[in-house]
Amino acid sequence: MIVIFVSINCSLFMARPKRIRRMNNPPHYRGFRPIGLPEENNPVVINFEEYEAIRLSDFELNGQVDAAQIMGISRPTFARIYESARRKVALAFVHGKAIIFEGGKVYFNTDWFSCKSCGCWFNHPAKELKIRNCALCGSTDIEQYNENAGLNSVEDICICPNCGNEKIHTPGIPCKNEKCPECKCNMIRKGGPHHHQMKNKNCR
Amino acid sequence: MKIAITSTGNSPDSKLDSLLGRCSYFVFYDTENHSTEFVPNPNKENIEGAGPASVQLIASRGAVKVVSGEFGAKVKSLFDSLKIQLIVLKDPDKQVSEIIELLNHKN
Repeated sequence: MIVIFVSINCSLFMARPKRIRRMNNPPHYRGFRPIGLPEENNPVVINFEEYEAIRLSDFELNGQVDAAQIMGISRPTFARIYESARRKVALAFVHGKAIIFEGGKVYFNTDWFSCKSCGCWFNHPAKELKIRNCALCGSTDIEQYNENAGLNSVEDICICPNCGNEKIHTPGIPCKNEKCPECKCNMIRKGGPHHHQMKNKNCR
Repeated sequence: MKIAITSTGNSPDSKLDSLLGRCSYFVFYDTENHSTEFVPNPNKENIEGAGPASVQLIASRGAVKVVSGEFGAKVKSLFDSLKIQLIVLKDPDKQVSEIIELLNHKN
């Protein structure tokens, strides 16, 4: 009985899965060690998303809103990741612990382009510069390829409680701020608690 | 600017190798003095880690672009962090000399 109850409980109250975070530049080394201390075997583990948050905020000096957009997450989520990253760095500094970069729910992002002239594919590691020519043949007949569409495992959908119109949720914009294009009703998150409450109810 | 190309043989007529880590030869082409250098791949017979070892070799020679048939998941993020551009050419019949000719068009 208990097992059944627990399993039902889990399916009802399971936390919403984390959205996959986009990473532009992963670190090309594995971590840091303090100088002059014997090696300890419980280092501080900093996730790739936390490294990326520090890089975007404190190295590239982006604002939190911009940084969150670059990582494909909402501004409050970015703030939480950044906070956790700073605390881990502080912990490592104060206790003289090693830092290891590992794990995190991330995917590595590079923009891919295809050339219609020579049929090749190429990426673009220097994101600051705009790309105009094919990297191989120099032709200007290139097209950006979007392989990241549909990669996010958390397919969030905003739904209109009135007419059932659906649209893909944009991170950072709450569903209730989206207006249904059909009936101008405020939308809600599909499958969320409000969705169950407001099913078949008229527009507020 | 140096460009690395994966090759099945050590002559300009040999074809593009579709593998990166276990290709037969690396061709390093310099766009400034138009010199080519053929380097046999020391990691060809490796059981594991041939890709990352090849990335080391390419990076140590100062190449800024890599032309190959395919790049694995381990290798992609390494090249990204080293800011080396990847070019995927899904045409196994292309000869190394043809690729070099294509690269010259731009300059």
